[in-house]
This record gives sequence, C-alpha cells and structure tokens, in this order.
Amino acid sequence: MKFRQTLISSVMAVSLGLGVSTAHAEGSLSIYHWFEYIPQELLDKFAKENDVEVTMDTFDSNESMLATLKAGKLGSYDVAVPGDYMVEIMAGEGMLDSFESSELSNFGNIEDQWVDVGFDKGRKHSIPYQWGSTSFMVNRDVYKDDIRTTDIIFNPPTELEGKINVLDSQGEVLALASLHLGISQCSQDRDELKALNALLQEAKPKWASFNSDGAKDVLVSGDAAVGMIWNGFGAKAREEGANVEYSYPKEGYVVWMDNVVLLKDAPNRENALKFMDFLLEPENIAAVTNFARYTAGVKGVGDMLDADLKASPEANPPADAPAGTFVAVCDEETQKFYDQIWTNLKK
Amino acid sequence: MAGLTPTTSTGTSATLSGSAFDPLRKRLLFPAWFVIGFFLVLPVLLMLVYSFLTKEFRGGVVWEFSTASYDQFFFDRGLFGDEPAKIEWTYITIFWRSIVQALIATVICLLIGFPTAYFIATRPDSTRNLWLFLVTVPYWVNLLIRTVSMKFLIRDNGPMNEWLMMVGLIDSPIHLINTNIAVQLGLFYSYLPFMVLPVYASVERFNFSLAEAAADLYASRWTTLRRVILPAVKPGIIAGCILVFVPSLGAFLAPDLLGGAKNFMIGSLIEEQFKGSAGNWPFGAACSMILLSMVLLVLMVYARSQARAGAQ
Repeated sequence: MKFRQTLISSVMAVSLGLGVSTAHAEGSLSIYHWFEYIPQELLDKFAKENDVEVTMDTFDSNESMLATLKAGKLGSYDVAVPGDYMVEIMAGEGMLDSFESSELSNFGNIEDQWVDVGFDKGRKHSIPYQWGSTSFMVNRDVYKDDIRTTDIIFNPPTELEGKINVLDSQGEVLALASLHLGISQCSQDRDELKALNALLQEAKPKWASFNSDGAKDVLVSGDAAVGMIWNGFGAKAREEGANVEYSYPKEGYVVWMDNVVLLKDAPNRENALKFMDFLLEPENIAAVTNFARYTAGVKGVGDMLDADLKASPEANPPADAPAGTFVAVCDEETQKFYDQIWTNLKK
Repeated sequence: MAGLTPTTSTGTSATLSGSAFDPLRKRLLFPAWFVIGFFLVLPVLLMLVYSFLTKEFRGGVVWEFSTASYDQFFFDRGLFGDEPAKIEWTYITIFWRSIVQALIATVICLLIGFPTAYFIATRPDSTRNLWLFLVTVPYWVNLLIRTVSMKFLIRDNGPMNEWLMMVGLIDSPIHLINTNIAVQLGLFYSYLPFMVLPVYASVERFNFSLAEAAADLYASRWTTLRRVILPAVKPGIIAGCILVFVPSLGAFLAPDLLGGAKNFMIGSLIEEQFKGSAGNWPFGAACSMILLSMVLLVLMVYARSQARAGAQ
C-alpha cells in the first residue's frame, strides 16, 4: 500500500514537473547564431522585456550551420543568422518560414536599399542584421609595402609566406580567389576553373592555417602576419593592439549581409517575430553594431553609434576602392566543380 | 540465488559455459547488450549503409545505392570527373600520415609512460596514490581547453619560446605552431595517461622478488628489465599502446588547432565531410568504415597473438 502511494505521488510529481516545463517553454526563444556576434546584455534585455527564456548556440561558418540544420536540428531553433547567399540557399531548400511585413511593426525601419534584396525578394523570410566586407588584414610591423592587392593572399611576397591565415569559409575564399583572377563566380569555363584550382593549389603551401573563429586571435597574437577577416572582426583586432591594417584590394573584395531568418518549424514562431521586431529597433541594433563593429541595415542608427566606429578605417572604404561583390549562388551542376576545388584545397 | 553468485576469479571457461545461459544472468546482461546494440552496433550499421548511398547536393544523402564514395577514395578522375582513373594518393597519404603520427605518439608515450609507471609502482604505498592522482590532474580539464593551451604555450611569441630565448638557449623562436611536430605534441600530451595507467596496473602486480632473483643469478639490470620485467608487464604495455594508438589515429582537435587545419589527419578529413557544404556524408561514412576496418584488423592481430600465447 505504501509502495503504491509512493508510486502515485512520484507520477504526480513527474507530471507536475512536465506541466511546469511546458508552461515555461511557451516563453522561450532558441537562437542559432554566429560566435561573438551579439552582446549578452542585449539578449538579457529582450528576455526581460518579453519574459522569455533565451538560449543560443553558435556556429562558425554558413556551411556548418546549414549542415547542422540539415542533420536534424531544424525544428529546434526559432531563428538563425545566415549570410546573404545562405539565405537564398536555405529558402531554396525549403528551410525557411515566411512572414508578412505587417507581422513586424518595425518592418518600415529597414533601410530602403536592403528591403528588396536579391537573396530574399521583398524580405519574406529575413530581416537585415549586419553587413560588412570580407577582405584581409596585414601586420604593418612585418610588411610595409602596398597591401591593396589580393596578391598578398594568393601570390604573397616571400616575407609573408607561411604567415597567412585564411578563413575556413568556402564561399568567401573562392569568391575572393575568383576576383583575384578576374573570372566570374559561377564560371563553367573549364580553363577558368582549372586556373582557379591551380591558383589555390599553389597558394596553399604559403598559407599557415585555415581558421575562422580564431581569425582575430591569430592576428593579435602574431601567429599570422596576414589574415583573411571580416571588417568588424578586424577592427577588434586593431583595437586590441595589433598593428594591423585592413585592405580594400583593387581587384575587389567580398561584401555580405547577415540576416535574421525565421526557421521552418520554429517552436516559438511568435517570440521569433518579437525578436526580429526587437532587432529592427534602432537602439537595439545599434548595440549590436557597437559590439560587432559592422554596419546595421536599419534607419536611424547613425546617432547611436560609437564615435570611433563611425571613423574606423575598416568600415569606411577609401574613395577609390571598387564596389564589393556578394558571394554568388551557383546551380548544382556548376557548384559541383567549386565543391571539388574546395575539397582539393582542404585535403 | 545460486545464479547470482559471481564466478570466482579463478573461474575457467568451463565454469562460465555452465552458468552463462542461466536465464536470470541473461536478463541481467540485457542492459549491457542493449547499450552495445543500440549505441554501437546500430550506428556502425547505419554508417555502413550511408557509405553506399548517393551524396545529396549541399549535405545529406539520397537513398540510391552507389559505390562512388569508395571510388572517390581510391581513384582520381580529375577536376571534372571525366579523365581516365588514376590511383588517388591523397587519401592514402592522409591515412598514412595519421598512422605514422599515431605510431610516433604511441612510441613517445611508451618511452615516457613506462618509466613513469615504474616509478609510481615502486613508491611506498603511502605516496603511490598521490602520484597516481597527479597523473590524472590534467584530466580535470577538458581536452579542447588543454589543446588550446598547448597552442598558447608553443606559439612563436609564446612563453616557451620567450623562456628559451631569455635563458639564451635559442636566438630566434622555434617555429612549431601549424607544423606536424605541434600535432605530435598535442597527441602524446593528450593520451599519455592512457599509457601510464594500464602499465602501472601491470607493474604494480609484478612480484619484485623475481627481479631480485634475476639479479642474484647475475643478470645485468638491462637483462633483468628485458627478460624478466618486460615479459611480465607486456599485457599492460599492449593495452596502453592500443589505448593511445586508436584515439590518436582518429584525433581531429590536435590537427585542427595545432596543425592549422592544413595537414589533414583521418579525423579531420571525416569531420570536414559532415561540416562544410562541400561535405559529403557518404564519403565521410566510407572513410570511417575504412578507418574502422583498419583498427579492427590491428585488434584482431592482437587478439590472435594473445590466443596463441595463451595456448602455449
């Protein structure tokens, strides 16, 4: 008899426990985000304002995020923060939920140039998060000559050989290499593809490492004298005391925009939309920009930015710099060759 | 109740076969069988199946039978896949590099681990546990953190180079980071206790009066070590070697962090297949199967040599 009572009470305890956690789960938001890309205080602010429990996992490349979501994590996160080309890929794979602009009260805050973007026409799945460029930084104690050329990465002068860190990011490395050769990004021309492959094969022995999440650290520590890097992350390297200069090469450089997307099967769709609305408030997204050192795509942010950020050399290309290029999305048939070139490089 | 009585340590295979089919014993074994079946056999079977599937664009698999992964491993058909097949040396090189690295790590661990274990086993009872405890201290820290710390220590302007330059042993920094030597450092440092502990267990059981007897019979110290001690502690050494060799073979943290993700070892090659968009799940599964077969082969050779030794 006593045993039965114990049994019943423990079953009740378990079901009560479940009840509590379900009630709790209604007020939660699960974010899949880049590393070091949002200040904790901002997450806390959102959690407090909306009485929501926020959890966040991080990734270090668009590709690894896609792989994780494809491997069964879709349905456990509400929002993710893919780059431009990855938004297009994810939409094509049916991994994104869509929303109406009326569902976001701050939709009108998006800067006009970022409303109708090629990777998400009319912003059905995404809102701007931050945008910036991908190029490289050079340690000026080690190398004093002209750095505004992609030769620094792909055909480096002898004093920089073996001191170069490259982002472990297929899209950006291959796009920058294509700019270096002056070929289009989704080329199907065999000679061009062979040249691209050969360029990377010849450059690889002169590189020290492939590292994305350590891209800033290798520059600050001096492990690398040249590092491919995103402009805001590079600004942090400089601010941490390294004598490094960001290059806007004459051959061109990569521009990107990271976007908050609404994931398909989001367990907390409503909170996800609240979070997107929250990030379209100038005050909040300015906090991200001040933290991450990139540029927001929201109106009215300008006044809330740190003074040194407005003048930072990483965020302000020199007047004669060419326009940046977005990473292109190739069709399956073409992408196969680029995947093969990347595999050849990494193996 | 009789079925619950544990077999005594002297129990031979004859007593085992008498009671192993006891229904209660069988039921008690069920959790173990379940764990092995569900968490070991099933995943390996899945991996085998996946290695024969077709790669899906941008990660994942298509359920169509294909031997393309194994073909990719062994044959090179050029960038566009339409050249006549040549032997693909890339992956064989990666495997060979991993085997060499793992062997070197094992030998270094043995050279450092055996004297360490011997030292600990010959300490008085009162301090022995303290020494063992000290061996395990680094294990309180996560492997990732230890590998990153190694990177901080050996970088060009890290503490190691600064101290060496300060005491005047070297003039310019020794360049270790992003080299195979750095990977090696990471490997043997990570797995050293896996050698020390099993060897210690063997040496600790060794009856040192046998060594004294050898000395009484005019065996030199070297002969005593070679002919008396080593044969007695051989099982511990072999266990230690396997425990170091197998994880070193599949390591990916050390090559990623200390080798700069440039000189692939098997582990990083497999990781890449599941991480990047150029990733290829069936190919990653095929590499895993090939690795698994190699490890199994080593273990089978070991098991057979043990069985032969036991039969003698």
